[in-house]
Amino acid sequence: MRGLLRLTWLEAKIFVREPLGFVSSVLVPVAIFLIVGRSFGPAADRSPGAQQFLARDLPLFVSIFISINAALSLIAVISVYREGGILKRLRATPLRPAVILGAHVLVKLGFTGLSLALTWVAGRRFYPVPLHAHVGGFTLAVIVTTVAILTMGFVVASMVGTARFAQLIGSLVFYPMLAVSGMFVPLASLPPPWAQLGAVLPLTHAVALLRGAWAGESWPVMAPHLGVLALTIAICLALTSRVFRWE
Amino acid sequence: MPPLEQHAAPAAGIAPPPASGAPGARVIEVAHLRKLYGATVAVDDVSFDVYQGEIFGLIGPNGAGKTTTLECIEGVRRADAGRTTVLGLDPVRNANELQKRIGVQLQQAQLQKRIRVREAVDLWAALYPRAVDGRALLEQLGLTEKRNASFMSLSGGQKQRLFIALALINDPEVVFLDELTTGLDPQARRAIWELVKGIRARGKTVFLTTHLMEEAERLCDRVAIIEHGRLIEMGAPAELVRRHCPERGVVFTGEHAGLAPDLETIPGADSVRVEGTTYTVQGHGDDFVTAVIRFVAGRALTVRDFRTVIPTLEDVFLKLTGHAIRD
Repeated sequence: MRGLLRLTWLEAKIFVREPLGFVSSVLVPVAIFLIVGRSFGPAADRSPGAQQFLARDLPLFVSIFISINAALSLIAVISVYREGGILKRLRATPLRPAVILGAHVLVKLGFTGLSLALTWVAGRRFYPVPLHAHVGGFTLAVIVTTVAILTMGFVVASMVGTARFAQLIGSLVFYPMLAVSGMFVPLASLPPPWAQLGAVLPLTHAVALLRGAWAGESWPVMAPHLGVLALTIAICLALTSRVFRWE
Repeated sequence: MPPLEQHAAPAAGIAPPPASGAPGARVIEVAHLRKLYGATVAVDDVSFDVYQGEIFGLIGPNGAGKTTTLECIEGVRRADAGRTTVLGLDPVRNANELQKRIGVQLQQAQLQKRIRVREAVDLWAALYPRAVDGRALLEQLGLTEKRNASFMSLSGGQKQRLFIALALINDPEVVFLDELTTGLDPQARRAIWELVKGIRARGKTVFLTTHLMEEAERLCDRVAIIEHGRLIEMGAPAELVRRHCPERGVVFTGEHAGLAPDLETIPGADSVRVEGTTYTVQGHGDDFVTAVIRFVAGRALTVRDFRTVIPTLEDVFLKLTGHAIRD
């Protein structure tokens, strides 16, 4: 436990020292939120579509975007650490393997939280419409969603060979999944095969869970989505423990 | 499984542990170690013991199986067959217990680019139940002024010294060093050698791998030569040289011509080559060089240059394998 906290704190400090990584995964989503939000300007007052986009869809997109960013960053870090022999070196200590990887999950969760908090604070000041979300439920949903996406990131990180393509491969896994997740187009409006594909992908349930939690949906209603995400986490952890390569 | 003793010595006439003092306790026991990568046999039936307080070197060319053997012993890698114990522990089953008692430096390992020297030492110190004072350790290794430097800003020698610091932070009983000085300049290399001797001086056991024969010769109490995954010879460097390359050479330059016939009568002399007044006398046996000195002194020859050409581990390797270690 002591090792986990020390390693987590150290990795967090190291992450902040890499200016590019910090800016792209923590500050860029905030910037996107504000820039896209404000670009609607006065149009938001008139069209109900724009109104819903600003009040619900953009914040949801930004929060899932932050989680995916965290996973991409996780994949990059893990593959760089593997390529440099850092994982191997850490493993030749009393640190348990789960602790070495767990520290990165905690770091990413922490920065996801920071990024979301910044988004929230900046949104109150600069966003064109007021945001009404059920903060408690939404926070919980964000945590579950982010952990699920991060564990999927571990599976991807287990598969990519070199650090060079890690982030590209990660993007190719996550963004197409997002495209059929109902985030942008409701599943019902997608062509049937795409809708069926979307229905079984974890990101679809992540989006549904976030949307439900945002609106203050009751937990029994969201239970199926929670279940799928919990299953995703379990499967990804089991896969990771089997196929993860340390060098 | 039969008793280890019968199998621990694949080569005949294994040298005893360090000549100085009584043999220490057996710290590492490796018997019939075997490791495959797919269909490739990386390590094949390797057996040896390492004793407390010695510097033991596993030597051989790149790709011979040194690192694989080492990593199986450290518990970083799982062997396919054979029995290995370190401090009486199984490196895989008792990995956690073992990690606390050994220190490890891995070949080509890095740390996080932006981790600071001080942070790395503090983290490592926190991971072990017992740790030495990191500040004093960095002082000893000449890294004090680099305490706040990031890992990526260190030179190759500084990185290796940091890795030695990390390997020593838990006051380990056995220290494993894999190709410690590869890529370092001669000066940094010598400095590292002194550090390793210092580890032995504190009563620790050192297990190292190297493909540098000079390093093995200068540093190791005993070496095991490995090639194509098989252990082909083991013993103290000087003893291996005596055993496999008993020939000695003496080269001297004087002012006298026509000494060749007399030089050939020196006990142990095999051949004499003459270039002007420079004589190269080849012979064998421990007394051969003394005999040449007696010859020169007995005739009151004036000698401007006198040197011996003694075979090295490099020559032993060449003799045993038929090729130079760098081929």
